[in-house]
Amino acid sequence: MSHFDEAYAAVQAALDAGARYADARVMVQRTESMTARDGAVEDLSSAESAGLGVRALVGSSWGFYALPDISDAAGRAAGRRAAQIAAASAMVPGPPIDLVPAGAGAATWASTCEIDPLSVPLSAKGDLLVGATAAARDAGADLAEGIYQIWDTRKWFVSSDGHRIDQHIRECGAGVTASAFGDGEIQRRSWPSHRGQYGTRGWELVDEIDLMGHAPRMAEEARALLTAPLCPAGETTLVLGGEQLALQIHESVGHAIELDRILGWEAAFAGTSWLDLEKLGSLRYGSDLMNITIDPTIPGALGSFGFDDEGTPAAKRDAVRDGIWVGVLAGRDSAAVAGLDYGGSVRSDGWARLPMVRMTNVGLEPGPHTLDEIIAATDDGVFMDVNRSWSIDDRRLNFQFGCEIGYEIKNGKRGRMLRNPTYTGIGPSFWQSMDMLSSESIAWGTPNCGKGQPGQIGHTGHPAAPARFRNVRVGVRG
Amino acid sequence: MSATDRDATIGRTGAELDLAARVVELVRRVAGPAAEAEVMVRHNAEALTRFANSMIHQNVADAATTVRLRLHLDGRTAAGSTTVTDLGGLTALVERTIAAVRLSPPDATWPGLTPPSPLHRSAGYHGSGEHSGLDFGFDEATARATPAERAERVRDFVRAAGGLETAGYCRTVYTSAAFANTAGQAVEGRAVEAAMDGIARLNGSDGVARQAAGRLAGLDGAVLGARAAAKARAGERPVELPPGRYEVVFEPGAVADLLDNLSWFGFNGRAYAQRQSFAELGADQFDPSVTLVDEPLGSRDEPAPGLPFDVEGTPRESLVLVREGVTKAVTHDRGSAAEAGATSTGHASEGSRTWGPIATHLRLEASQAATVESVPPADPAGPTAESARPLVARMERGLLITDLWYTRVLDQKALVVTGLTRNGVWLVEDGEVVAAVSNMRFTQSYPQALAPGMVLGIGSESVLLPARWSGTRFAAPAVHLASWNITGNASG
Repeated sequence: MSHFDEAYAAVQAALDAGARYADARVMVQRTESMTARDGAVEDLSSAESAGLGVRALVGSSWGFYALPDISDAAGRAAGRRAAQIAAASAMVPGPPIDLVPAGAGAATWASTCEIDPLSVPLSAKGDLLVGATAAARDAGADLAEGIYQIWDTRKWFVSSDGHRIDQHIRECGAGVTASAFGDGEIQRRSWPSHRGQYGTRGWELVDEIDLMGHAPRMAEEARALLTAPLCPAGETTLVLGGEQLALQIHESVGHAIELDRILGWEAAFAGTSWLDLEKLGSLRYGSDLMNITIDPTIPGALGSFGFDDEGTPAAKRDAVRDGIWVGVLAGRDSAAVAGLDYGGSVRSDGWARLPMVRMTNVGLEPGPHTLDEIIAATDDGVFMDVNRSWSIDDRRLNFQFGCEIGYEIKNGKRGRMLRNPTYTGIGPSFWQSMDMLSSESIAWGTPNCGKGQPGQIGHTGHPAAPARFRNVRVGVRG
Repeated sequence: MSATDRDATIGRTGAELDLAARVVELVRRVAGPAAEAEVMVRHNAEALTRFANSMIHQNVADAATTVRLRLHLDGRTAAGSTTVTDLGGLTALVERTIAAVRLSPPDATWPGLTPPSPLHRSAGYHGSGEHSGLDFGFDEATARATPAERAERVRDFVRAAGGLETAGYCRTVYTSAAFANTAGQAVEGRAVEAAMDGIARLNGSDGVARQAAGRLAGLDGAVLGARAAAKARAGERPVELPPGRYEVVFEPGAVADLLDNLSWFGFNGRAYAQRQSFAELGADQFDPSVTLVDEPLGSRDEPAPGLPFDVEGTPRESLVLVREGVTKAVTHDRGSAAEAGATSTGHASEGSRTWGPIATHLRLEASQAATVESVPPADPAGPTAESARPLVARMERGLLITDLWYTRVLDQKALVVTGLTRNGVWLVEDGEVVAAVSNMRFTQSYPQALAPGMVLGIGSESVLLPARWSGTRFAAPAVHLASWNITGNASG
């Protein structure tokens, strides 16, 4: 069933009310999630959400309105209201707004999906989480938790520039966490990631990560961490596993290259960026090994789509090439303000929210080595993996991460397990110290990227492989 | 905006309760009398006018009704929700949830339904709730606020900043909700909230002012804009200080972060039941000057900030978490209460079965009187908030900190948190601000910072503050702490 007509009615109503540009998204979303604890299902929820959101540009001012009603009449009402809100925005106006071209046209796109995750029987999905958490508990966990999440989104996009695009995006993922309680301390191990692995794929993704097979090891490692020595404090060589490096990329590169942050549009909340547009194309962000791409075309990665929420077709683009900053995540209006000629990175998390600049798949291209080779080439250092905590300043410079597990590296060999590993640094210094990079890349999914007011939860992907960094401060404690 | 458009989603008293009752009846008809069902219907109309670079750049509004059904049948439990509220949508919700519950594994932890229970009265607004037709301090004008009224406050903020670049938002939220279950509980209520939060910027220095209110009329953009600009001007040319332990005065914005993390990770009944919290009931865990209360119904002439019941239909009331330094309670939904052998405190939310029940209207009690006598008022052109001035005056050497930012837990049991300062830090010597300081990173156990003997003073004036992300609201005075562990500065 198509909903282009309702979206078209909204766009036309906004134009009739004075807008010089308008677009509308009808979205129908179904979600399902389950959590299990210690061998029993804890929560099973499903949701259906359907509605229409309209964006109107009146003069140099935007307005947005959304209703949970998909009808021509609702579309017309929402279009009028969006234009009225835009008119109010003109009470505190800014400079004229232009929009870079978005390749208008009609199109259809769907993500790849072998096994529809909503069609997998709930009993089978429940058995998986119950079994994995029971296995972790049997292996010594004091607390074992499992989760899966499924999103099924259909959207119909119409703009006054001539877009008429429908997309069907299916996403899912799962994970298991084992916790061990010590004397005043809790240690935790998660598989395959600290909140699970997610992608724009079907249930085959969950089958591949084999929660049952890895849950017992998570429990054993969590228990072993309770008696492991603390990560030493000081400056050393740091080897990061790919899962942790994915979040490092997300926080210290992905957010920093969001053009709305660079332009100050997020200054009061999410923050700004240390990057200065005048240095785009010349600023050294990292070492020559650092090649970061913005690529929403990666099949199955969580930040993939056919078209962004402004109708711009997905396209791969460099953000950092040979260590030099060369690209940003942009939208049609922010790109025009910055004098750039591309958008393509604007999305909303639902029909009720304004589309805004979001990460797609922002990833580090793989290097020539393997993790084993990197460790063999390291005389003295620390290996850390799987995120436990993350914090970074509002300019995306000063970061501190904690990981679930660490190992000392001595004379080219992985040594003792280390507990409570943390590291801290300043973005460009850290990335410029990267001197070895593995080829073992995985596109990790981050399903909980918060941004915007009202708040939105974005889904992003981050291809990453293990890498080595020199002279990093580790073992920060309270 | 026409009055008709504006009023379309307001004044629907009874509409949500009717909808909830229809869903309960549908469940009975389809699943039979043995089904235990609870239904929450929430109508939310949120409008947010956002500005940056001293212009309104995002201006949004939406209105949606969400129906949430939780069903327990034959020893199994499932939940579902929908925004499609016609008969077809509601029927689909019921059928989908029944299908889910029949395929679900057995649920041994089902805590049962809330029995019929009257709503509690607000401390400040008597006679409210429970079908009385009265509301918990509900302000109709805020519920009907227009985009122009929000834009006026933004315009005033921008003008009052005197040419400094500004950014922030002005927000109004109207909520009307009802709950019904098959055990006979049926309650309804309404709430509104208004908030404004903005910064002024000058040469890399950001100054902030924010306020939550039960009435939009209580927000003055000009006052807030002038305050933000004064702080920004006072923050220019910051010096860098070395890491180490510092005595600190936290302004109310920074205190709100303490309260937020304490509620999520300390007073969370699920974390407590699972031994992941530091909380020990009856123990002297805080300085005797600390009294912490969750007040969802409002108090002292503050309109109720939240609904008078939770998503399980449990009536809400004030809950003392810490009294004079002694931990008295943690927050529970029905599930965590059953696990802990306690009773629900009315803190169930859509996510509480997964994340735990969280206090969302926390108040740190202000001191009865200023802790320093005869302190001159704060310089309006200076960085110190009036509420913090008496505490700053008694600090020999330390830091005045406006906000904490991006705080994340390193060790949940000890509640060791790392984060950064934001929107202004100043060095204080002999009771006076002597220099602006660049932002710093800290790594600190929050309970330890508030432990007996570590709180040197609490301000006498509470400020209502909105949370940056969620619908949480805080009432916080300034606080003077003996030691705060700074672990990094702008250089790393």
